[in-house]
Amino acid sequence: MITAFVEGGVIVAEEEQYAIEMIGITKRFPGIVANDNVTLRLKKGEIHALLGENGAGKSTLMSVLFGLYQAEEGIIKKDGKEVHITDPNVANDLGIGMVHQHFKLVQCFTVLDNIILGVETTKHGFLQKEEARKKIEEAEEKYGLKVDLDAKVEDITVGMQQRTEILKMLYRDNDILIFDEPTAVLTPQEIVELEKIMKNLAKEGKSILFISHKLNEILETADRCTVLRRGKCVGTVNIKDTNEEELSRMMVGRDVQLVVSKDEAKPKDVVLDVDNITVASRVHKTNAVKNVSFTVRAGEIVCIAGIDGNGQTELIYGITGLSPLTGGSVHLCGKDISSAPIRERSKLMSHIPEDRQKHGLVLDYSLEYNMILQRYYEPQFTSKAGFLRRRNIREYANRLISQYDVRSGQGPVTIVRSMSGGNQQKAIIARELDKKPKLLVAVQPTRGLDVGAIEYIHRQLIAQRDAGAAVLLVSLELEEVMNVSDRILVMYEGEIVGELDPKKTTTEELGLYMAGAKRQDRKEAEK
Amino acid sequence: MEKKKSSFLRNETFLSVAAAIICILVGLLVGFLVLLAIKPEGAWAGILAIIKNFFNYPTKAAAMKYLGNTLVKTAPLLMCALSINFCYKVGLFNIGAAGQYVVGAAACLYAALAWNMPWYVCMILAMIAGGIFGLAVGFLKAYANVNEVISGIMLNWIGLYLTNMILGNVKESTSPYTVNVKGSALIPSLGLSALFSNNKYVTIAVPLSIVFAILVWVVLEKTKFGYELRATGYNKDAAKYAGMNEKKNIILTLMIGGCLAGLGAAFLYLTGYEQWSTTQSSVPGMGFNGIAATFLGGLSPIGTIFASFFIQHITSGGSYLDKSVYPSQISDLISAIIIYLCGFVMFFKLVMNRRAAAREEAKAEAAAQTPAGASVSAAAAADARQNADDGKEEGGKKE
Repeated sequence: MITAFVEGGVIVAEEEQYAIEMIGITKRFPGIVANDNVTLRLKKGEIHALLGENGAGKSTLMSVLFGLYQAEEGIIKKDGKEVHITDPNVANDLGIGMVHQHFKLVQCFTVLDNIILGVETTKHGFLQKEEARKKIEEAEEKYGLKVDLDAKVEDITVGMQQRTEILKMLYRDNDILIFDEPTAVLTPQEIVELEKIMKNLAKEGKSILFISHKLNEILETADRCTVLRRGKCVGTVNIKDTNEEELSRMMVGRDVQLVVSKDEAKPKDVVLDVDNITVASRVHKTNAVKNVSFTVRAGEIVCIAGIDGNGQTELIYGITGLSPLTGGSVHLCGKDISSAPIRERSKLMSHIPEDRQKHGLVLDYSLEYNMILQRYYEPQFTSKAGFLRRRNIREYANRLISQYDVRSGQGPVTIVRSMSGGNQQKAIIARELDKKPKLLVAVQPTRGLDVGAIEYIHRQLIAQRDAGAAVLLVSLELEEVMNVSDRILVMYEGEIVGELDPKKTTTEELGLYMAGAKRQDRKEAEK
Repeated sequence: MEKKKSSFLRNETFLSVAAAIICILVGLLVGFLVLLAIKPEGAWAGILAIIKNFFNYPTKAAAMKYLGNTLVKTAPLLMCALSINFCYKVGLFNIGAAGQYVVGAAACLYAALAWNMPWYVCMILAMIAGGIFGLAVGFLKAYANVNEVISGIMLNWIGLYLTNMILGNVKESTSPYTVNVKGSALIPSLGLSALFSNNKYVTIAVPLSIVFAILVWVVLEKTKFGYELRATGYNKDAAKYAGMNEKKNIILTLMIGGCLAGLGAAFLYLTGYEQWSTTQSSVPGMGFNGIAATFLGGLSPIGTIFASFFIQHITSGGSYLDKSVYPSQISDLISAIIIYLCGFVMFFKLVMNRRAAAREEAKAEAAAQTPAGASVSAAAAADARQNADDGKEEGGKKE
């Protein structure tokens, strides 16, 4: 059942009291209406999901609520009283906390310092960190969000940084909690934990708004769900009255295939041969990847599964050349690339990086300049004299933009920083796939994307496979691992502890390998 | 209509120019206040004298001659500013430009005076000397991760004393100054001096420095090399991911920066306008003023041309302060204050950008609040939606 609210501020008589009401919110950016008369009402103590495609305006709406943007039209009420949230400090005073999609942490501070930053308790001007530590440790214990409080943020994984953000909110005793795609980086087990935490928090009277693309998560966790499409509010539904198909239809505006169909893989020659490699950790002095060997053949998708932080990142760094190998060798199409420069590798290999803003994009460059980031030196983009061929670049960018449906405010000249996360990812995917690589390395390519985009990317991965490319996929999402891959390698503490066939295994078995509870002797398995 | 106006207010170039002008005005105002505080009766005349610079001369011929002098010193300043600007685009702060300028002076003067080399050879040697100093900073940065500011500042002093030592061999026997540059070592004027009342110091160095500014702009904005360098400056992780050689780019950038600053010295000393004092114990301010010129110029090589001229104009203008009213150091102080405030361009730009954004929002809010009553507001909302849709279409067309 869809309860469409009357637009324009006519209040529907309701018994319940709302913690937050956002009525008729409109927010414009140059060339785009990010929110178009959107109405959202958050009941006290409920978990309210906000669902929508990339660029549908979910993050913008939440930023309006959090005071990062001011809406051109519409009003916000808290507990029935109209409020003007002019900046995040006002939001914080009203008890509104937010975990952003891209974390707002000071890289060179410790976790503890980051959590107390801005609300430090002091005595005679000196920091009282021990009090804070106690409070945080209690929260850690209570919600099972273990983080090393003394580690520096730059040294911990994305998953840990996310936990820091959540703790930050809990530490501030906020009672309206906004989660911007909180589960995107968590492991399946952690997601279950988080869902429990969210339910507990709601039970204690906290109201939760969370943005998610994952329909199953919304169905499991949320009480109600508001769906946005292209900036407009499609409707609000009660979760118990709806299902996955209806939600995805509301979000995308058409039927979406949730499981991608694919033919049997026809593996051919070995494209990537990883032999006994070792890679140093980015954090510790130890090796994060220990004596890993595997091959990827043309025409197959091999998926590295595992919980975040078990050496997948370093393994990919070693293969793509971002980090040097400390042992072993890597062959690409029969050529030893163990110590080859990145440029040489990238001629045969495409790499969709894990951290799209750190590695994948130059955020202050225009979209067209980002589209040529991996091939700007080619004769079609650079003349013999070393000048950029701007017309070719524009044409090329326009082709990729339309072919891969990359949405942005001003087309090829849009500064990438102003684009939504999903469209930034699409830009990278367009750039990397258009290179027609022999080997495609994709690290969490669907992280933070909506079902429509995920479906699209999965199709692209399979199309690359069918076109004869070898695909190495690193994923934290069990569903993705099971649906897309032809072969699964499970990584645990820097080693490959199992090789599984997705058709013969179950998510439960996969989970046991990922958690280190089970392991194969691979030499035996290969026999 | 409104949209156009707001985008104009937040237009990059417009903002840079406006912020630069505000900085200059604030700088002049503070300078005036300082003069006022020291001796009120001479303040107005004093600040006017600084602003007027060469216009202090009553005849046009004399004014042109002294305009020429300002231009002669603008050329080296512009080169130093370009050096800093170029490196800044790659995320490097080349404070070592001052030292690179100094060794450039050593190389060109020694080549001219000891070896009687022609001017173009001297110029090339100045470039090489500055380049080597830049290279040293670059190597330390790329391979030992030594901050370029620290190594740059230390090299400034090494450069200064090295230069004093080398040029001690070609100084006048009775004074600490180097002997006059003569003959083929002087940069040719090609008739330019005639334009400035036969000011013989005005040479092709002036137009050459402008050519270099344009060249720097072209390299940064139009070439593959510039694309790489700016990408490295914006995000070195992405540059690495894209297979760019970050270490090579850092070294090259600082080397080119060094060449530009070194050449700047040749542009001044090979005109014969100034002699090097081998007993000086401070690094010439040219490289440091270059920092102010870069920022005043909105970090654009083209803007830097005008900014450099203005800064040199104020510096030269300082000497016209009435010495009977103010002690001679005051002129330097006032110029320094004005130049210092020129460095605040970024700050003013930020403030203006925020104000423009706030104004737009206030307008939107006012527009939303005018209609009263639920039915009216519903209609207004519908209207707004219509407008928004129109806007979207417009945006789509633009793409």
